[in-house]
Amino acid sequence: MNAVSILFRREMRLAMRQSADSLMVIAFFVIAVVLFPFGVGPEPNMLARIGPGVIWVAALLAAMLSMDRMFMGDYEDGSLELLVLSPVALEVAVCIKVLVHWLTTGVPLICAAPLLFVMMNVPGEIWPVLLLTLLLGTPVLSLIGSIGAALTLGARRGGVLLSLLILPLVIPVLIFAAGAGDAVLYGEGAKANLMLLGGVLLAALALTPWATAQALREAVA
Amino acid sequence: MHYFANPTRFQRLSRRVEPWLLGLMLICFAAGLYLSLFASPVDYQQGHTVRIMYIHVPAAWMALFCYTAMAVSAAVALIWKHALADVAAKATAPIGAAFTFLSLVTGSLWGKPMWGTWWVWDARLTSVLVLFFLYLGYMALRDAFDEPGRGARASAILVLVGFVNVPIIKFSVDWWNTLHQPSSVLRMQGPTIHPDMLTPLFLMAAAFQLYYFWLLLIRIRCELMSNRVRALRHRQAAAG
Repeated sequence: MNAVSILFRREMRLAMRQSADSLMVIAFFVIAVVLFPFGVGPEPNMLARIGPGVIWVAALLAAMLSMDRMFMGDYEDGSLELLVLSPVALEVAVCIKVLVHWLTTGVPLICAAPLLFVMMNVPGEIWPVLLLTLLLGTPVLSLIGSIGAALTLGARRGGVLLSLLILPLVIPVLIFAAGAGDAVLYGEGAKANLMLLGGVLLAALALTPWATAQALREAVA
Repeated sequence: MHYFANPTRFQRLSRRVEPWLLGLMLICFAAGLYLSLFASPVDYQQGHTVRIMYIHVPAAWMALFCYTAMAVSAAVALIWKHALADVAAKATAPIGAAFTFLSLVTGSLWGKPMWGTWWVWDARLTSVLVLFFLYLGYMALRDAFDEPGRGARASAILVLVGFVNVPIIKFSVDWWNTLHQPSSVLRMQGPTIHPDMLTPLFLMAAAFQLYYFWLLLIRIRCELMSNRVRALRHRQAAAG
């Protein structure tokens, strides 16, 4: 337990020292969404219709930006090897890293989202549902992204490659999350979509640390 | 299984099997194409466009089969360090990507006259498109490392992770009721297609399958040879 909390504090401290990284993610998120009214026209009904989907796509792309940093620093300065050798199971270390990644990118994304709801004229009754989808969905992005980040360590053009690998895998998250908002608008209730999203989160939570840990072992082998 | 891990032994065997595969494949293709293009009945609703099915459906089956084969080979390569399984996974990827692309294109050509649209965002179509991206991602990741062994291991993990998509594709038409028709051949209650159409379909599927194995043997041999060339080059460079 002690080692786990030490590791968590180390990760948090590292992330806080480079808080510009997560600020950049938020800035990208906001700017990407703000581009849409210019692209499709500022008609309020249209913006309300596409708003939830646009916000989710932008959140996804923004999360991609921060993904390749997840293990890169540790890989470059050699502390990843120590992490692999340490008494803390690598799967647990991966979970901590994912948690810290989510706290420093996912949570700020969720905090910035209401601002974008206003700008995209998203109807007030789907705000809670959308925030809930972000709450359930962004950890999945961090979890699945950790696999990609571990696999592309030491690869050429790692960042672009990471998007190619991860984006197809997170499409279900996007479908269920955007579907939840639509379901409320059409009066169906978002329960089914939220349950599916929760299921995806639980499955990702159970499976991805193993895959990521294995990929990290291959990276330092 | 480790008996065939020896490349020389594998090459000897594959040379012997290859003409048989080629012959069988040509027979299946000839019979399947004749039956499907000329001898099979015209659909009462779709007319002659139904004949696209004899390419489209086997290609889609092969797209799933190739990915499954890749996942199995990748697992074998990761767990038992079986060198040939790894080569097989690498050799399968472009073939699978080609089959996936073929099924997407023929599906689009079939969809235009039947559904009135080239493309819909239906669960089956979308999940097959994702499968195509997974193939591309696999090939890109495999090539992205300077050390080939690292690329092989990283991409093997990726294939196993992406395997979640295969059951989703298989059951997508049962779970979501969208434009694509539900499964009509591989289902619990038996096929709903008339035998006159089913026979050419299975012949074409067999032909596609044999084509895959034939191509796989050639590609594996090719890969083994280029490995040997690389090893010789290294030795030459080391000798100065």
